[in-house]
Amino acid sequence: MDAAVAVQGLTKHYGDLVAVGGVDFTVHAGEAFGFLGPNGAGKSTTIKMLCTLVEPTAGTAQVAGFDVVRQRDAVRRNIGLVFQDPTLDQYLTADQNLRMHAELYGVRRSALDERMSLVLDMVDLSDRRKSLVSTFSGGMKRRLEIARGLLHSPKVLFLDEPTVGLDPQTRSSIWRYIHDLREREDVTIFLTTHYMDEAENCDRIAIMDRGRIVVMDTPESLKAGVGKDRVQISTDDDQAAIISLQEKFGQSATMSEGLVTFAVANGEQFVPRLFADLGVPIRSVNVARPTLDDVFMSHTGSTIRDAEESGQNQWMRMVAQRRR
Amino acid sequence: MAVTEVQLPSLAVPGFGLRHNLRAIRVVWQREMIRFGRDRLRVITSLIQPVLFLFVLGSGLSTITTGSIGNLNLRTFMFPGALSMAVLFTAMFSAASIVWDREFGFLREMLVAPISRASIVIGKCLGGATTASLQGLLILLMAGLVGVPYSFSLFFTVLAELMLFAFTLTAFGVMTAARIEQFQAYMALNQMLLMPLFFLSGALFPLRGLPGWLHVLTRIDPLTYAVDPVRRAVFAHLDVPAATDRLLNPGVTWGSWRVPTGVELLIVAGMGIGMLMIAIWEFRKAD
Repeated sequence: MDAAVAVQGLTKHYGDLVAVGGVDFTVHAGEAFGFLGPNGAGKSTTIKMLCTLVEPTAGTAQVAGFDVVRQRDAVRRNIGLVFQDPTLDQYLTADQNLRMHAELYGVRRSALDERMSLVLDMVDLSDRRKSLVSTFSGGMKRRLEIARGLLHSPKVLFLDEPTVGLDPQTRSSIWRYIHDLREREDVTIFLTTHYMDEAENCDRIAIMDRGRIVVMDTPESLKAGVGKDRVQISTDDDQAAIISLQEKFGQSATMSEGLVTFAVANGEQFVPRLFADLGVPIRSVNVARPTLDDVFMSHTGSTIRDAEESGQNQWMRMVAQRRR
Repeated sequence: MAVTEVQLPSLAVPGFGLRHNLRAIRVVWQREMIRFGRDRLRVITSLIQPVLFLFVLGSGLSTITTGSIGNLNLRTFMFPGALSMAVLFTAMFSAASIVWDREFGFLREMLVAPISRASIVIGKCLGGATTASLQGLLILLMAGLVGVPYSFSLFFTVLAELMLFAFTLTAFGVMTAARIEQFQAYMALNQMLLMPLFFLSGALFPLRGLPGWLHVLTRIDPLTYAVDPVRRAVFAHLDVPAATDRLLNPGVTWGSWRVPTGVELLIVAGMGIGMLMIAIWEFRKAD
């Protein structure tokens, strides 16, 4: 089996709203594949369709070789899920949560104890296995969910925003566990995130915006593809600066995060010319190597944070629709 | 090296089949038991209402009924009502755990598992039925305090009836909880349903010589058919004059026909299965 996930023309409409507008992609076995995009871009809806939680309006998808609509139970048996929102039973111990999961997934009892120790060990929770989950911190709960998602040896582990709502330190420790499990388990990882820096942990990234995949590649190629540095300046008169950039340098700049933003090759060498010729007093300059944020910007014309603000309305509408 | 115990080929067959689903039912049931065992407070609070009902209301009202119902104490009459009350309230509260699970996310863990939705619903109903029966049992053990004799045949007849009753009521609770997303909403609905069901069931007064409208309502109330068999069983073990028996244990009549216990139990069982089916159907439809 080469493709852990194969998707053709996958589409989801909620009434008039197109949550996912026909996406195609393939995730190879053993890969760590990330869906990156602002909230409301359609990442969660896509992952839900792949996990058989939402039925596609159109298109097909195979996960672990099984069709997500026609072979729902077979898909479910071969995937592990870690959701954005916790799904642990707080009134049970870590052990009891895992045992319950094993029963629901039909894990062979003879192998269970060994497997439980293994996954608990992997997320450093062995010493807390008899504790009630309600006594766990947010990071520990997330780790336990990851362990639980792996308990039945899934072929694909889905992580929907695995670090959302956690503090930065815990976030990086979660990533350590994810890297670690990739080495120890023969598993494909499919995750979504709206943190640019975290997407770098993936082998390949698909950038999603407004229900479509705008670009898909390795993080390195994506960044190399931008080819330009990002320059952000603040000036006494931003509008005049934008006009001047266009007229004198042929640069089309936009306002982003309150700063005049544009991309040029060799940013450091451009800055002296900027000071000499812009004609508008400059207060500060910032030149940055391309990041995934620039990749996002070069493909969508806005930064991910701006996209989130404008996407907010769309997202709210979608939530309202789904709650019906 | 990863343990690959749940890999192909055993998993590749479509559906695990019955055995796997039975395992799932059992574990859903087990979870209810673990939680019930942990929740001592709930065991006690669920006892308060029937005990108050039996000993406070029963003793208080008995001062005005003395003489009019022969040598029988009103508490004895109310005993089947107290049993039904314990089962009713516990069963409905157990069913609330579905709403609770939905709100706190755990329901999702069950819904995404490769098991049938029916397993979840059946496991929940059996779990709720067990806890409700246990609560009923605690009240049943108080029989001697209200003048009901301890007898094996009575004990097991009533216990079996309570178990059936508990199952049907949990199915009813799960059915109503299936689509409700907030705990408060379920509790509000419960409050709205529980009291009328209880008041009309014959748990509080004998169902005879009532005004026409009330007579009709009591016959529609499903709980009526659950309370009456318990009362009949209790009265069969009491030594009361025939006149008192007629007065306090008139049974449920349709026209002039006194509905036999067997039919009453069939009605309760039939409703239980019907509501279980509806609950399963509702869960299949949900995402």
